[in-house]
Amino acid sequence: MAERRVVITGLGMLSPLGNDVASSWEGIKAGRSGIAPIDRFDATGYNTRIGGAVRDLDFESYLSSKDTRKMDAFLQYGLIAAQQAIEDSGLTRFEQLDKERVGVAIGSGIGGLEFIEKNVIALHESGPRKVSPFFVPATVINMVGGNVAIRFGFQGPNIAITTACTTGTHNIGYAARTIMYGDADVMVAGGAEMATTKTGIAAFSAARALSTRNDEPERASRPWDKNRDGFVLSDGAGVMVLEELEHALKRGATVYGEVIGFGMSDDAHHITSPPESGEGAQRAMNNAIRDAGLNPSDIQYINAHGTSTQVGDVAEVAAVKKVFGDHAYKLAVSSTKSMTGHLLGAAGAVEAIFSLLAIRDGLLPPTINLDDPDVGCDLDFVANKSRKADVRVALSNSFGFGGTNGTLIFSRYEA
Amino acid sequence: MSTVEERVKKIVCEQLGVKESEVQNSSSFVEDLGADSLDTVELVMALEEEFETEIPDEEAEKLASVQDAIDYIVSHS
Repeated sequence: MAERRVVITGLGMLSPLGNDVASSWEGIKAGRSGIAPIDRFDATGYNTRIGGAVRDLDFESYLSSKDTRKMDAFLQYGLIAAQQAIEDSGLTRFEQLDKERVGVAIGSGIGGLEFIEKNVIALHESGPRKVSPFFVPATVINMVGGNVAIRFGFQGPNIAITTACTTGTHNIGYAARTIMYGDADVMVAGGAEMATTKTGIAAFSAARALSTRNDEPERASRPWDKNRDGFVLSDGAGVMVLEELEHALKRGATVYGEVIGFGMSDDAHHITSPPESGEGAQRAMNNAIRDAGLNPSDIQYINAHGTSTQVGDVAEVAAVKKVFGDHAYKLAVSSTKSMTGHLLGAAGAVEAIFSLLAIRDGLLPPTINLDDPDVGCDLDFVANKSRKADVRVALSNSFGFGGTNGTLIFSRYEA
Repeated sequence: MSTVEERVKKIVCEQLGVKESEVQNSSSFVEDLGADSLDTVELVMALEEEFETEIPDEEAEKLASVQDAIDYIVSHS
């Protein structure tokens, strides 16, 4: 069987920087922070009172009020980002589309937390008869994919990989392989998250994972900076349409880039922390580079996991130095989480999209709030201002609780 | 003060996402207003909430139309 190449033909996004790909990318290019005080609930008394939210979204142009009531916010975000990506791909106007050959792989790190909270409170206060009949389909993670399939009639593989903060990356990598293997010609893939709820904030806060820079929200997410104090929890979704190359070319689709490598690994170390050496991260990057058939020096840009935590940031730098050797000092490494905050299960998908746009526009996204790099953090982090550069190949990292790691490699599409 | 009929119809509109003009007394929740089995369960919960009553499951299953719901509420209040 001839090798099946996989390209990206549609993008969709909701993020703290904007309610579509274009406005979010404008925010990145301008080095703008999307972090603000939490206003979805009264955060008085919480150690962390800041986050990244989806704001001023016109739900009605995407979903009916009846649909909205049956879905937790993470499902709404995922479905809307998928709608954007599918619309962008032009598949809705392609009449010969064989919907049995179109699948979905969209996950979430946590799932329908807000809907769960509401129903637990109703159960506790008023008894079992007050639990919503929609409780299960409104909260379980695979329902993003379920709803996308129902809305668009996509009858191919439908799966939701759940690997904490690596979710988006794993779903995209798996989707690409599903197409390469021949199980589908088109896959809609990514991640969705809405975990800035009362329990979400309280729980990550209890784990001492969150920044408490409440009086300066826009400066709270500061990967590799000496004064970083944890990540900032954010909401949103990223979804892309992956398509077998010939299928895309035949219908004249716009091609954003190609997925050329995917690698996975686990730290096998600790439930929430990576080892300082970043060994697991090294294995994921090495596996992806081998999968792509590249030399490390072929890569110009790394969209880092870079969450702004003490241990994680330095472990990733150690891993990049080990994998890339001298080239580590020649390529650019930046964390778009410095602007978006950490979208957990959506992070990998949103960052994969930014990596593709970096290739398309020849523009390196900045790491903002990098005023005073920590000891040993001496790579080119594209500090504070985006920069023009010829990016042919970009690598995107995601690392999650459980020590699970994923790396994607994208290239400019060349026939 | 709204009548029972008005209040029932308002809840039906909210729960099933239909316009007031589409809701007749004779409308069947499933056949005319597009409800599925989960929608009807939630509709009954909303009626219980609005009218501060409890509708037993065996009674709830018989409520197939707007008029059925109005009749039930009127005869149990």
